[in-house]
Amino acid sequence: MTVISSHQDTQALTLTIVAEYDAAADRVWRVWADPRKLERWWGPPTWPATFEQHDFTVGGRSSYFMTGPDGTKAHGWWRITAIDAPKRLEFDDGFADENGERNPDMPVIHCAVTFEPSGTGTRMTTVSSFDSLEELEKLIEMGMAEGMKLAEGQIDAILADD
Amino acid sequence: MVVSQLGDAEIDRIFHALSDATRRDIVTRVLRQEESISQLARRYDMSFAAVQKHVAVLAQAALVVKQRNGREQLVHGNPEALRTAARLLGEYERIWHHRVRNIQDILSEEDE
Repeated sequence: MTVISSHQDTQALTLTIVAEYDAAADRVWRVWADPRKLERWWGPPTWPATFEQHDFTVGGRSSYFMTGPDGTKAHGWWRITAIDAPKRLEFDDGFADENGERNPDMPVIHCAVTFEPSGTGTRMTTVSSFDSLEELEKLIEMGMAEGMKLAEGQIDAILADD
Repeated sequence: MVVSQLGDAEIDRIFHALSDATRRDIVTRVLRQEESISQLARRYDMSFAAVQKHVAVLAQAALVVKQRNGREQLVHGNPEALRTAARLLGEYERIWHHRVRNIQDILSEEDE
């Protein structure tokens, strides 16, 4: 069973997702390390990802593109900043132009992933952080998410306290 | 695709306003309860004028609203701007829920 908890910090602009898998840590690690596995889950439902390069080492770079419903390609890159198999992974994820070159005007998401033993399986925690609300807005506008959903986060919790 | 409800300049102001720890603290406080600038000034190790400036930056970004009450300036929070942040994070959250399910599918397939 996959148990998920999510936490949005609207002031620090971070999103924390906790998931549990009934599989050993090295197997969960492999869905990140193996580009053929990675591209099966990374893209949003209607934007499947293709990883052309995946250098899974500290300082290593990955390049990928996601293909939209109308055939549009959105190019992206990763830069791995920390790696400790099969426990911890940190990387930056950003947009690239059609040649795979980093687009400095587009948002960069910082992503930290930890893997811990949990019962018979593995608990995976991902923390995504954004430098600014503007970057987050751009990212959403790029079609990374579809549809509208009014998320009720901690602000409502604060308001409910009153 | 999601239609942006805020202009770039507006988003810049919100981001700039929230980039400072004191200002984030002020927003959290005045969302819970209205406070005067003098009340706020007593909470931080800085001058009244410095706190006043922080409040002005927050007010420009529409994160707080200032109201004059006699000699006092009262500050209260505007949850709308923070709701925007919550909405955007919520949309990103949906991507992660999708990813977590996909990973589950891959691991289950390997078991078969």
